Amino acid sequence: MKPTRLTECGNWVLDRFPVTKFWNDHMAHYYAPKNFNFWYFFGSLALLVLVNQIITGILLTMNYKPDAKLAFDSVEYIMRDVPWGWLVRYMHSTGASAFFIVIYLHMFRALIYGSFKHPRELIWIFGMLLFVALMAEAFMGYLLPWGQMSFWGAQVIISLFSAIPVIGDDLSLWIRGDYVIADATLNRFFAFHVIAVPLVLVMLVFMHLVALHEVGSNNPDGIEIKESKDPWGHPVDGIPFHPYYTVKDLVGVGVFLLFFATVIFYMPEVGGYFLEHANFIPADPMKTPEHIAPVWYFTPFYSILRAIPDKFAGVIGMGGSIVVLFLMPWLDRCKVKSIRYRGGIFKKALFLFVISFLALGYLGTQPVTPVATTLARLFTTIYFGFFLLMPIYTRWEKTKPVPKSLTKVQSLEEQLHALEEQLPALIEEITELKSSNTEIGHPAFKSTFFSRRPNPQGMVHVMSRLAKKLKGSLD
Amino acid sequence: MKNLITLILLVTLSFGVVASEEVELQEADIDLSDNESLQRGAKHFVTYCLGCHSAKHMRYLRFAMDVGVDQKKMLEDIAPEGASIYDQLHSAMNKHDAEKWFGVQPPDLSLIARSRGADWLYSYLKSYYSDTARPFGVNNLVFEDTAMPNPLWQLQGEQHAEIRKTIYGEYTKLVLDDPGTLTEREFDVFVNDLVNFLVYVGEPVQLERERLGKYVIIFLLMFLVIAYLLKKEYWKDVD
Repeated sequence: MKPTRLTECGNWVLDRFPVTKFWNDHMAHYYAPKNFNFWYFFGSLALLVLVNQIITGILLTMNYKPDAKLAFDSVEYIMRDVPWGWLVRYMHSTGASAFFIVIYLHMFRALIYGSFKHPRELIWIFGMLLFVALMAEAFMGYLLPWGQMSFWGAQVIISLFSAIPVIGDDLSLWIRGDYVIADATLNRFFAFHVIAVPLVLVMLVFMHLVALHEVGSNNPDGIEIKESKDPWGHPVDGIPFHPYYTVKDLVGVGVFLLFFATVIFYMPEVGGYFLEHANFIPADPMKTPEHIAPVWYFTPFYSILRAIPDKFAGVIGMGGSIVVLFLMPWLDRCKVKSIRYRGGIFKKALFLFVISFLALGYLGTQPVTPVATTLARLFTTIYFGFFLLMPIYTRWEKTKPVPKSLTKVQSLEEQLHALEEQLPALIEEITELKSSNTEIGHPAFKSTFFSRRPNPQGMVHVMSRLAKKLKGSLD
Repeated sequence: MKNLITLILLVTLSFGVVASEEVELQEADIDLSDNESLQRGAKHFVTYCLGCHSAKHMRYLRFAMDVGVDQKKMLEDIAPEGASIYDQLHSAMNKHDAEKWFGVQPPDLSLIARSRGADWLYSYLKSYYSDTARPFGVNNLVFEDTAMPNPLWQLQGEQHAEIRKTIYGEYTKLVLDDPGTLTEREFDVFVNDLVNFLVYVGEPVQLERERLGKYVIIFLLMFLVIAYLLKKEYWKDVD
């Protein structure tokens, strides 16, 4: 067949610019394990949120004014007078929190399935750098609305640099560009927030993905699919990312957007966690708010800072809590990757870590009291214990045998079906039939009715079975 | 395992760490679809608040459009004399005068409902009581030593604070000494209308946002169904 003009044009470009090769390398011929579960949605969702933040961010800069006198009012101008400005602003503010939710779950996935281990150490390092850049991005972005919390939050965090011996005071002055947070600080944070850090983020995302596609994705079984290949050189347990995972991720995107839209349209403040109440008051350098709390995603680290009595030591502790994460690939000495085949000690340690991370997060939103400080210290110890004792406890871990190829996962339908089959027996167990003699109208119509009543004994049985199952899964 | 249980207990206990000492707030009945209430609230705001407080992020025109008031009627009934429909709700009070008279500049109220909350505002406006130790002769139960005099005293009347003792401890009760021009019920409605207006002013797009949200969610549900079916179709050949 004679090539058409259009294909000729297309070929002209393809000869000079390898779009097809790029597409095949990273999508159509990139083989991913076929047993990805729920936890594997968050990588692509993070990318989606990043795109959302960039687009809404660009739109916001069109009306935002990085000037201490105008910033607060310009945000309200966007909320009221700019057509659809409120939607763009809420998408951006909700996107910030969504970004951290997605990233925390993404990181947790790496922890449970050992995705940070050999040969994926660099992916983890790039990911951690991304996390640090994201925190910087969020912190600087939070100053821009120029509300009370923007101002005082930044004031508290930047004054932390002054705790560094010798150079501290000069360093914090240099960062702020003034003796307090002021117009100069707002301007430079704006510059970092809208161009410098986003460039770093995009570059790191690129590197994160290149590194991932070089070694291939990990999976819930934690085995290398590249070790068994079919005659054509494709992994037996792999499927092309496109179309299989593009369509699957589309489902994840749908579910995510449902939550995202619910927040944007029905609860954009999320009870003062996504948009803090005090931030609706313009920044006032003369009036310190009673209670300064960072946005929820920083609170675990903020708690660690407050838990340590000495200011400088607190700064080191807070920094250390992030630095230890970088060291994960070398702290964990266990050869087995996935939590499915790891020993009970790791599962318990991880459980304690999750509890302490959540508790630290909660405590960080609350004012300091003696009890809260004691608890924060306890959880800080557990937090660091999880990481620093890891080389010891992972060495003795009693692991289970790892399968040679991927195990079959139950699909959602199968799980539901299994549940449906068990349901009648379960109802039978937690309830009991009781008879009651009731008379309706004439005594001749006296009859016995049976009705189901909850059976406490049966419920206890079911609960203890569940508890045993839970304990078994931890060993 | 025992350690775990102790830990979980500690975590649950930690939720009680912060004991609140604040006054219990009364609940405001906020209904932004109640245009009558919003109009009354706007009128009250202009009459009783705008003298000192601005709401500079709100325009008369926007309010007229959102609440469905005729622009002419808006200017005649609600806006102060001489205001243009395109104006924002600016206060006539001079900044320097304000600082001289009250010690602080009365804050702009555009976002007060978002920073303080509706219930707080409702309770605050109802909780003034006589206190001769204060410059304006009044204090407030919700906001102690507030710099603001009670602008609604003629309507509400004068209250005094009484400390009552119960077996659970002490609490302060406000008792009306001298009734104002409104009955207690009328005054509650009055304050509620005002707070309703302030909640609207805090975020004028609220109703529109919730109305749109339904369509977005319905669209996303349809998208989700289609995406799921597509995924199922593609994944048929993966075992």
